[in-house]
Amino acid sequence: MLKRNRIVKFKEMLIEKLLLCCSLLSVFTTAAIIYVLLSESVGFFKEVRIIDFLTDTQWTPLFTNKHFGILPLLCGTLLTTLIAIGVAVPVGLISAIYLSEYATVKMRHITKPLLEILAAVPTVVYGYFALLFVTPLLKKFIPGLSGFNALSAGLVMGIMIIPLVSSLSEDAMHAVPMGLREGAYALGSHKIQVAFKIVFPAALSGITAAVILAVSRAIGETMIVAIAAGQQPKFTLNPLVPIETITAYIVQISLGDTPHGTLEYQTIFVCGTTLFILTFALNVISFKLKRRFQEIYE
Amino acid sequence: MSKRKLDKRMDSVFKAVGLAVTLFGLLVLAALLIDVVMDGYQRISWDFFTSYPSRKPEQAGILSAWVGTLWIMLTTALLAIPLGVGSGIYLEEYARRNKLTDFIEINIANLAGVPSVIYGILGLGLFIRLMHLDRSVLAGGLILALLILPVIILTTREALRAVPSSIREASYALGATQWQTIRHQVLPAGFGNILTGIILAMSRAIGETAPLITIGALTYIPFLPANPVAFSPESPYIHLSAQGFLDPFTVLPIQIFNWVSRPQKGFLTDAAAGIIVLLTITLLMNGAAIFLRYKNQKRW
Repeated sequence: MLKRNRIVKFKEMLIEKLLLCCSLLSVFTTAAIIYVLLSESVGFFKEVRIIDFLTDTQWTPLFTNKHFGILPLLCGTLLTTLIAIGVAVPVGLISAIYLSEYATVKMRHITKPLLEILAAVPTVVYGYFALLFVTPLLKKFIPGLSGFNALSAGLVMGIMIIPLVSSLSEDAMHAVPMGLREGAYALGSHKIQVAFKIVFPAALSGITAAVILAVSRAIGETMIVAIAAGQQPKFTLNPLVPIETITAYIVQISLGDTPHGTLEYQTIFVCGTTLFILTFALNVISFKLKRRFQEIYE
Repeated sequence: MSKRKLDKRMDSVFKAVGLAVTLFGLLVLAALLIDVVMDGYQRISWDFFTSYPSRKPEQAGILSAWVGTLWIMLTTALLAIPLGVGSGIYLEEYARRNKLTDFIEINIANLAGVPSVIYGILGLGLFIRLMHLDRSVLAGGLILALLILPVIILTTREALRAVPSSIREASYALGATQWQTIRHQVLPAGFGNILTGIILAMSRAIGETAPLITIGALTYIPFLPANPVAFSPESPYIHLSAQGFLDPFTVLPIQIFNWVSRPQKGFLTDAAAGIIVLLTITLLMNGAAIFLRYKNQKRW
């Protein structure tokens, strides 16, 4: 009996340890990402001065006259991100207010999963849509628009991240205690005043967390910009011409056969590092804001 | 107009605007679906599913792409489901509130936000350079498994959290150990919700393109990974082989990307047809997940 007990105990402990190892895999993944990015980037910065990398306004690693300035790629990323946010934030927030404060329960149950489908469509499909539907459509209104441009890529990306903004903000508004709303109604407020002057400000840190997460998603989005925004790193904020984002460059160079150990090969990792730092910083801020929001109301 | 009246009017205006804006996203979705179907439906035929990619757009098909997608999904599922569910069980049922648990949780939250293309770079450095897996099914599956792991962990935790503690207590009261309780009570009770999360995660993995391009998954693959099961007339009749996991592959989204980036119009039609197939799979999986979630809204 005692022996059997010991075996059972040992088995229990073994299972717990095994499951702990599964969890530790996440820590290992993060460590591996940082290690891979840094180890190759170090080699790159032995050849290229950091100051050139940060200030040179040309990015031409594949030409004979090589320049390694990240600014054009950053600029392209910023441009598509701004356009995407310009679509996703107003649309997402208005949807969230509508769904949280105005819509009937039935309406919400039908609309929410349908909106989620927008986020489930593969990004390569959105790329096709941006290149072959949105760009030709926009060309009818903007004659000077290039076949590849930041505008349609950004617009379509914005549509893709609507559900991210709307569902996270709606969760935040939903968490605002009923008492706040009732208090405002008791003072004679209308629904629109309650929505914009009570619920919205009360949920603001949760909403901000959602918007920051959306920015981070837009910065990291790859296939839409790789297909529809072009492959010309340009230091410009003109949305009508071909540009190149950090992510699109990574795809472009991965398609070619770049031998290991060359400077071109290392640019993949330097771009990856830049991308990782940007998104990581935004994710941490968003995470902290969301946690603070939860502390207030739970 | 009095202030009250104005407010009332604003109220109904916002109600209309809110509805219109909410429907805007769905309208775009409808436009996308119609556009793709109009562009590609004429290429959908039996031959399209049974032909390899070709230099002639009319003869090109998605055989290697859909078989590759099947292989990659199988590999991803075999790796990500046990690891993700296991990790979720640990964090929800075993982990004590301490620094290590906090650290693991922050890591998972962060990994969920890492852009997918970075996972591709991780794969390039780790699986291709360091482990020499080449551009194989295994390397692709490993990358996608790591990519969807946070999703599976988070949904597993949510599903387990929804199982009331009275079920656990009843099981302990009958003398069951912690693992017996999890294995026979908690997991079955949360199974529906865990499955929903797994389906959603897998549907995301099916559409991923960027991380697989980063490891240089070739776009022209006129062959299939080696068959895992082969039959022969003599003993031992059935041969099992894992060679397929080490073979190169292509998947549907990569094939679509390849066709989209060609200048010839015929390939764009092929791309649209490929998208119809990919979207059908994705939407079916999402529909199944929504249905499951709806069905599992159990009140304890």
